[in-house]
Amino acid sequence: MSTTPLKLYQVGTFAAGNRLLDPDERTVQSSTQRASSITSGHRACRGCGEALAARVVMDAAMRAAGGRLVTVNATGCLEVFSTPFPESAWQVPWLHSLFGNAAAVASGVAAAMRATGRDDVRVLAQAGDGGTVDIGLGCLSGMFERNDDVLFVCYDNQGYMNTGVQRSGATPAGASTANTRPMGAGIGNAFGTGKSLPRIAMAHEIPYVATATIADLHDLEAKVEAAMALHGARYLHVLVPCPLGWGSDPSDTVRVARLATQSGLFPVFEAEHGTVTRVARIRRRVPVEEYLRLQARFRHLFGEPGRPDVVAALQAQADRDIARFGLDPEEES
Amino acid sequence: MLRQVEGSRAVAETVARCRPHVVAAYPISPQTHIVEALSELVGSGDLTACEYLTVESEFGALSACIGASAAGARAYTATASQGILFMAEALPNASGLGLPMVMTVANRALGAPINIWNDHSDALSQRDAGWLMLFASSNQEAVDLHVQAFALAERLSLPVMVCMDGFVLTHAVEEIDVPGQDEVDAFLPPFRARQWLDPDEPVTIGAMVGPEAFTEVKYLMAHRQLRALDDVSQVARDFAAAFGRDSGGLLRPYRTADADVVVVALGSVLGSLADVVDELRDEGLAVGALGVTCYRPWPLDEVRRALREVPRVVVLNRAFAVGSGSILGQDVRLSVPAATKVHDVVLGLGGRPLTHDVLRRLVLDVVAGQVGSDTLTFYDLDHQRVATELARELADVPSAGGAS
Repeated sequence: MSTTPLKLYQVGTFAAGNRLLDPDERTVQSSTQRASSITSGHRACRGCGEALAARVVMDAAMRAAGGRLVTVNATGCLEVFSTPFPESAWQVPWLHSLFGNAAAVASGVAAAMRATGRDDVRVLAQAGDGGTVDIGLGCLSGMFERNDDVLFVCYDNQGYMNTGVQRSGATPAGASTANTRPMGAGIGNAFGTGKSLPRIAMAHEIPYVATATIADLHDLEAKVEAAMALHGARYLHVLVPCPLGWGSDPSDTVRVARLATQSGLFPVFEAEHGTVTRVARIRRRVPVEEYLRLQARFRHLFGEPGRPDVVAALQAQADRDIARFGLDPEEES
Repeated sequence: MLRQVEGSRAVAETVARCRPHVVAAYPISPQTHIVEALSELVGSGDLTACEYLTVESEFGALSACIGASAAGARAYTATASQGILFMAEALPNASGLGLPMVMTVANRALGAPINIWNDHSDALSQRDAGWLMLFASSNQEAVDLHVQAFALAERLSLPVMVCMDGFVLTHAVEEIDVPGQDEVDAFLPPFRARQWLDPDEPVTIGAMVGPEAFTEVKYLMAHRQLRALDDVSQVARDFAAAFGRDSGGLLRPYRTADADVVVVALGSVLGSLADVVDELRDEGLAVGALGVTCYRPWPLDEVRRALREVPRVVVLNRAFAVGSGSILGQDVRLSVPAATKVHDVVLGLGGRPLTHDVLRRLVLDVVAGQVGSDTLTFYDLDHQRVATELARELADVPSAGGAS
């Protein structure tokens, strides 16, 4: 595998590349020998959470696989911004077929590697939330149920951002999108029953399910490594704020992701064979309002008269998940 | 060696001898016996180094083949009817990406109304998907076409569909010579992909192409399709030399020399048609038949040559384009001189039997001037039933503007 020596940026206590850490514990991103699986120069927006997550996930997976990695990409922002013909940002073997079939294509790649005696090559599939929780769910569920040897990563930006910010099955209630504008007495995206893909994945009792955000890259890398140490169907769900679709400041991408976890709206946990094995306790719990107010998609919930009832309902969702996963900083397990 | 065997079983055994690395299976009638037999062949160890994937849908089946082929493996799946429609998004993806693979289509009608029986509306609905489409006229040819299909797919780096009539062929038990492993190995070299997802030489497959290059990519695809006509002929010649049997190729003409009437058809009806031709020839009628084995790419020049001197052509359409006309008939019309009378006939839809008697009567009716040549004729239609229904519909129509 070819590597490109890179400049090493050292910032912040929790940022990638902390020089105070033992070399073994340093992040993949801090290494001058990182694979740089997705190179700079791609067409992602300023502050794109998905581009950041994809780089961290792919480099960590490449290190774990010893460079023997193939990736399958669903249609979506990541596919579009990384491969405008004749350019490609990918330094790994990369295949894009369709929007809804990444899991099945990846199953086919994994089967091919097994049948042709190249079991050492690992397979990672990636998709946005549309390609995962909506149009890709049938193929994904099949891949889980067969326990095919694929790590499937969902970069969840909570909507169809590539097509112009329409709602998906992962869009939160109350969010304004291009087809859920808060008209009249409307609140934006309506309250449904919700669709938690990590919990759907857990119901398949696959070897590994985890959630992560780009607010904690060290944790994200650790989860990729944990997933890559296992075989069979594995699922990683990464929250990636989208400045364009969420109406947040591009410089706030990481902050917004952190507030999503600290508010309890996005629980960070790991599960093995259908059972939660580890959760990230919230260190500094914040009301959901602190998270919502940074995003223009929730602007209509505030101001005069605003929709305190909707904010309260979202707070109730956060409280429910904090209780469900035991995320409360005060609670002892 | 000839032995009594079901068509599906013979095809499955033949596919196994082509040593696919990945078989993706989702059941749909009348394809089921093929994928069932393949699961046995993998389970029993007759077919080794093969992953048998039981996918969740036909869309998943073809997608898994796309992944497998891009990873450098020989991939196979089978489907029919609604299944090929559920694959529709992935069909031009496989051909557009230039991924070789083979798929059997056990031809069956499309609903609604739901119907599990044989016609060609499933495969013909996907005629522009960029796949090679070969139609088997018998179970022996179905078997032989699968061996040729893998050779063609890998030579051209294109996907190939082998169509065989559902039930009529798939479920018929008859004498078939299933090629032996040594014979197939000698004919079909191990698959070497033109490019694959190689960690040592990373490639990007499936990039986004804008207006600046899209037309050229599509042109090259079309160009490769047309070039494939030579390969289809060549592979059939190679097959005949290796196996001593005449199977495949572009067309299957039968007693077309000096014919006044030639009947053009796809699939298994060719057998009955040949009998009818013999019978009518004995009675003094100059009749012939032309089977189209290679439907896509369309062998324009060969059809033109075969029909150039024929004054009357009858096209048996076992699928049609609603609101437009025939499908096979339109291809034929493009391939004959303007003066040729083309009798475009729809029959045998949804499993309605195409018997010797029906075919004989059709030819005699054409000769007697009973079948038009400028409209689509539904030849085996129950006119009485249709008239009754149309009359009832007319009676039920509310009067215009009426608020009754």
